[in-house]
Amino acid sequence: MSWYSTLIKSSVGKKAVMALSGLFLCAYLVIHLIGNLMLFAGPEIFNSYVEALSSVKPLVRAIEVILAGLFLTHILLSVKLTRDNSTSSSIKYDTNKAGENSGFFSRNMGLSGSILFIFLVTHLSTIWTQFQTQHEAGNFYSIIVGKTVGLGNPYITTLYCIAMVLLGFHLRHGFQSAFQSFGIRYNKYSGLIEGIAVFFWLIIPAGFLSIALYFGIIGAG
Amino acid sequence: MKVILKVWRQNNAESQGAFETYPVENVSGDMSFFEMMDMLNDQLVLDGKTPIAFDHDCREGICGTCGLFINGRAHGKIRAITTCQLHMRSFEDGETIVVEPWRAKAFPVIKDLIVERTSFDRIMQAGGYVSIKTGGTPDANAIPIAKRNADESMDAASCIGCAACVATCKNSSAMLFVAAKVSQLSLLPQGQPERVERAINMIAAMDEEGFGNCTNTGACEIECPKEISISHIGRLNREFLKASLKG
Ligand code: HEM
Ligand code: SF4
Ligand code: FES
Repeated sequence: MSWYSTLIKSSVGKKAVMALSGLFLCAYLVIHLIGNLMLFAGPEIFNSYVEALSSVKPLVRAIEVILAGLFLTHILLSVKLTRDNSTSSSIKYDTNKAGENSGFFSRNMGLSGSILFIFLVTHLSTIWTQFQTQHEAGNFYSIIVGKTVGLGNPYITTLYCIAMVLLGFHLRHGFQSAFQSFGIRYNKYSGLIEGIAVFFWLIIPAGFLSIALYFGIIGAG
Repeated sequence: MKVILKVWRQNNAESQGAFETYPVENVSGDMSFFEMMDMLNDQLVLDGKTPIAFDHDCREGICGTCGLFINGRAHGKIRAITTCQLHMRSFEDGETIVVEPWRAKAFPVIKDLIVERTSFDRIMQAGGYVSIKTGGTPDANAIPIAKRNADESMDAASCIGCAACVATCKNSSAMLFVAAKVSQLSLLPQGQPERVERAINMIAAMDEEGFGNCTNTGACEIECPKEISISHIGRLNREFLKASLKG
């Protein structure tokens, strides 16, 4: 296991694990969005989609455990790395024009990540929990559009929208950064990676946002 | 022209330090930043005060000794120059210029604008060299090297160790510097025998010295006087990950 300890003790190795967990989370976002888009097909189709998922319960549970592991890895490492970084640079400049050499969201991944974390906790403690407890009723659609924990609640919709915009910015920097951390963002590939990145940082968050805006504001009924 | 300097003054590594403000008159736009500082220091000596200590040597952008954080930018706001290559014509008449030493835990201030940079030397000692016998100067084309590799290696080799990359980094990460050193050798045949240990040992030394973790903001390549690209950091990451999986 010596290779593993060299890896995980080093800054570069931690970053690689961070990047790997981040990219797996990105992959999950795709699956999650496809599922959510079924809301546009109406209550029957959405409800029967969620029912269908219950028939493969062990698979769903397995994915949930993996996801929990990924989030935990990603979040704990981000706290560790961000903390270490603030001790490395404990003395601040009086005048620092960081905006002239780097982007705001690339410098504040901890901030966008923390707000995403707040969203994640809210999301799990409301929607996910209700889906478990009210499973018998089978009306998942009404939970999503409902006024209690759903998009009928303006606070929920607002938090949802903010989180999705920040997710976009988190991935705007994070997606390509992950490839840099693996050492495969070479000049040859950077064009390709930038292209795929647009799908993840723009299209995916925009997809989630469209759901929040549609059910939260326009089509609530 | 006239400028107002707001300079960090600090007696020694232990003392607190604070900003002092000095008006400097009769500055010509053709003066270098350091000539202006020399003029100010002459005046300070005449007034019986301690001159401002700052590092410099070649004063032509090749040695890497100088480095000041000027108005919020490493080596000032002009791209691809060292502090010694900065001229007073890039400032406005009457401007207040804030001058600070490099700030990083691994670079303690030892006097005024001078920081201790031996942490870089220790990273170099961990592997920034080849220990094989390379003999006398070989024939120019005796060792065939692809043009692309020769060019990239040469780009990396242009790092002068000025530490602007660390100074500007929000994490005080030394990745661009280490990347330049590792990249330079990993692209050449002479660097191959020690390639694995070099990546592992230099990264370990870098972490040991208390430099931060790179978050790929890219600020370093913007401030680097030699415009060393962060694609070298990509190569360093790959070198290290491959090396540690082998090790
Ligand atoms: C839930 C709370 C989250 C926190 C606290 C968080 C925090 C962070 C932090 C601090 C970084 C490192 C920044 C950097 O290296 O520049 C990072 C990177 C990253 N995050 Fe997150 N994040 C969270 C959620 C997510 C989610 C939901 C995704 C994707 C679906 C994600 C994807 C990424 C990616 C791809 C990276 C890039 C890794 C790299 O730079 O090597 N993160 N995150
Ligand atoms: S990489 Fe550039 S900024 Fe960093 S030490 Fe070398 S020359 Fe200076
Ligand atoms: S004094 Fe040598 S590079 Fe500036």
